[in-house]
Amino acid sequence: MVRIIGILIGLFFSGWLLVSFGMGAKEYITNPPVETAEHAFHKEAKDVSFTSDGPLGKFDRQQLQRGFQVYKEVCAACHSLRLVAFRNLEEIGYNEDEVKAIAANWPIQTPDVDPATGEMSTRASVAADKLPKPFANDVAAGAANNNAIPPDLSLITKAREGGAPYIYSLLTGYQAPPADLPKANQPGPGLHYNPYFANLNLAMAPPLAAADMVSYSDGTKASIDQMAKDVSAFLIWSAEPKLEERHQAGWAVLAFLLIATILAYLSYRTIWADVKAEKKKKSAEA
Amino acid sequence: MSFPWAKQYTPTTEFGQWMDKQLPLPRFVYNSVGAGYPAPRNLNYMWNFGSMAGLFLVVQIVTGIILAMHYAANATIAFDSVEHIMRDVNSGWMIRYAHANGASFFFIAIYLHIGRGLFYGSYKAPREMLWLLGVVIYLLAMATAFMGYVLPWGQMSFWGAKVITGLFEAIPFIGKPIQELLLGGFAPDNAALNRFFSLHYLLPFVIVGVVIMHIWALHIPGSNNPTGVDVKGPQDTVPFHPYYTAKDGWTIGLALIFFTILMFFLPNALGHADNYIPANPLSTPAHIVPEWYFWPWYAILRAFTFDFLFIPAKLLGVLAMFSAILVWFFLPWLDKSPVRSGSFRPKFKIFFVILVIDVLILGYCGGAPAEEPFVMISQLAAAYYFAHFLIILPLLSRLEKPEPLPTSITESVTGKPLTTAS
Amino acid sequence: MATVETAETAVAEDGGVRRRDFINIAAVSFAGAGAVATVFPLVNQMNPSADVLALASIEVDISAIETGQSIKTSWRKQPIFIRNLTAEEIAEANAVNVSELRDPQTLAERTTAGKENWLITLGVCTHLGCVPLGAAQGEIKGEFGGYFCPCHGSHYDTAARIRKGPAPTNLEVPLHEFLSDTVVKIG
Repeated sequence: MVRIIGILIGLFFSGWLLVSFGMGAKEYITNPPVETAEHAFHKEAKDVSFTSDGPLGKFDRQQLQRGFQVYKEVCAACHSLRLVAFRNLEEIGYNEDEVKAIAANWPIQTPDVDPATGEMSTRASVAADKLPKPFANDVAAGAANNNAIPPDLSLITKAREGGAPYIYSLLTGYQAPPADLPKANQPGPGLHYNPYFANLNLAMAPPLAAADMVSYSDGTKASIDQMAKDVSAFLIWSAEPKLEERHQAGWAVLAFLLIATILAYLSYRTIWADVKAEKKKKSAEA
Repeated sequence: MSFPWAKQYTPTTEFGQWMDKQLPLPRFVYNSVGAGYPAPRNLNYMWNFGSMAGLFLVVQIVTGIILAMHYAANATIAFDSVEHIMRDVNSGWMIRYAHANGASFFFIAIYLHIGRGLFYGSYKAPREMLWLLGVVIYLLAMATAFMGYVLPWGQMSFWGAKVITGLFEAIPFIGKPIQELLLGGFAPDNAALNRFFSLHYLLPFVIVGVVIMHIWALHIPGSNNPTGVDVKGPQDTVPFHPYYTAKDGWTIGLALIFFTILMFFLPNALGHADNYIPANPLSTPAHIVPEWYFWPWYAILRAFTFDFLFIPAKLLGVLAMFSAILVWFFLPWLDKSPVRSGSFRPKFKIFFVILVIDVLILGYCGGAPAEEPFVMISQLAAAYYFAHFLIILPLLSRLEKPEPLPTSITESVTGKPLTTAS
Repeated sequence: MATVETAETAVAEDGGVRRRDFINIAAVSFAGAGAVATVFPLVNQMNPSADVLALASIEVDISAIETGQSIKTSWRKQPIFIRNLTAEEIAEANAVNVSELRDPQTLAERTTAGKENWLITLGVCTHLGCVPLGAAQGEIKGEFGGYFCPCHGSHYDTAARIRKGPAPTNLEVPLHEFLSDTVVKIG
């Protein structure tokens, strides 16, 4: 009985799937899907490497500080970094006093309640504060940016397929639209053509428009490419500050497990030695 | 219960004897996973995934309890509380990555465990109850994993919750009320997040309960084995401890090595970038996919693109998706071939290989965007999936002529027929 | 039958530790050590997290506290009493014979040199952790004019030293430093 019902249900599901397949295939052949311009003109992220790549990767603190400088002087005007606290900057090589100074002099103040009046107010930031947001909320951010809300950058390299190379490609990928780009995909007013962006047109104007927009204190030449790379490296850190710890711990655990597993395997072999020997003996007899 | 030749637990110390009289817990362990459980001597490495699934269940519960100490199940702060774990809590990143990737390893173990059962006929008499409990564990694990994925309250969490609860909407008449009941609202929000958290905490302990029943049911007939032939005597078995504890032990080490590589060096490889964007009810990610372990079922759900008479395609997809798993409950009665092990079933073997490839294809299509040709491929693959369990297996048990079975496990191991019954 | 017995009997016959036993012992000890090492991060996660530790010190503006007044502020989620002692209160505290105290300390030991009028203590009774009265205006200051804990009747004097009641020690003085005449850093 179970089998008869089963076969009937099976025939129904499989049959209808085959019919659906047939109808879909007919549609596919008679009316093949056309490749969209978003697909045709879209480019995969450039091949760029960072010192933090791979299982042995470590941050280049000098580069992270340069990247932080780019964030601070270029990106921070529109993009928040709300999950990073000033105190975290000690992890990229600033000392306590430098962090205090960075926090106190940050162009945007931390919102707080005025201790005397109880009114909403702002105060200078301290090391324990998270980096203050440039806009109070999404509505304010949208209103100031032509309704395109600048995303928070704290996790951006983990929150985008392609990670840091994608961010780097986006920053360096602005170009004039190709001549054969369909009219519908031409950048409208306030949009900028960038083939690394999923729908090709981006509301963000090229942020790193010219070389030497920042002047690095360590003497590195601030080319557009260098700034894009540095800020991408900084954003790898902001998204995954524990990356170095993770790599180190991983190797230690791996080394331990390798030895433990080899020992466990040898133990397994000795325990089974008798059974295996008996099996061999009997096989030989047979 | 056990085989008559099973070793008896004899406490040697005075404390052991006192304990055995008052609460025979050591005896219970001894008879369950100790020397008192005689297991077939010919189990191959496919029999190691049960203990591996058990290990990762423990990893999930331990790391999960810890995460719950820092996580806040409130829609406004859930996302940030996860980042608080990642950034501020001591070793928090390690515990969270262990939990996120541990789920994947639990499912890897469980799928290989199910696959072994399917090939070696472990679902057949006298082990039907063992199999049914296993399917229950799988269903509970699916529910737990789904609700766990909602907790970080990222974009995939939110839209996953929306899509999966949206499935219930397909039920005629009562669908919409059921969806609202599940969510406690019209879209996922605080109410849904809080109840998912509560259930996500509860269900693993229910799983532990069913696992205990699963092991209990295993000990009544004893383990199946690669030949599928019943244990005939003491020469066919070895005590579980130390033989299989040692074997499980070193493969657990191996599993942990793979786990370490994934967790420390590629912790987000199996996740989805969109889940690092906080949930936004006003913007859908371009490409919603569940976690990889749900992809085959997701492909079946999406394979139904045309209404059948008065049944809408959406409802058909939902019915098919649930049927694809529920069919396992009927498997012991669909496949009536008296031979358990696929090794001795020449035609079954071929169809089994096709099924494995078929499920892999379904998985690939389930993870791909809902575009052609993936929909067409998943239609063919889903058709085979249902045909395999509901048409091929019932008919095969009548049409196939199995190869001769070895008379005993010992014969299959040594190649020598049993001479005396000693 | 032989299969089952061999491993066991072989071990039993041989008294000493042989190579095979050594490997088994090594494998089990290694697994045990791994398990113990795993426990460390699983327990350590309960320690204060980085954001909590970051709040370990605060800076308080004390310019508005007039002589004889005191304020309550919060440090590490615990109350802090900052009291601007009057000359009489200081004299009262210094008049006490220190050797007779339960927890012998002079006022000078509990304040910063040159700023003896600023008494900064944790507002946590050393008995069972209640918040003593006496910091806010109009609150009972106890028999010794300092603080009084209503939970079990501990009386503290004007140097916040325990004088009567069950509390074992004086109110704790947190590490503090005057950054200027009007700003004190606690922690």
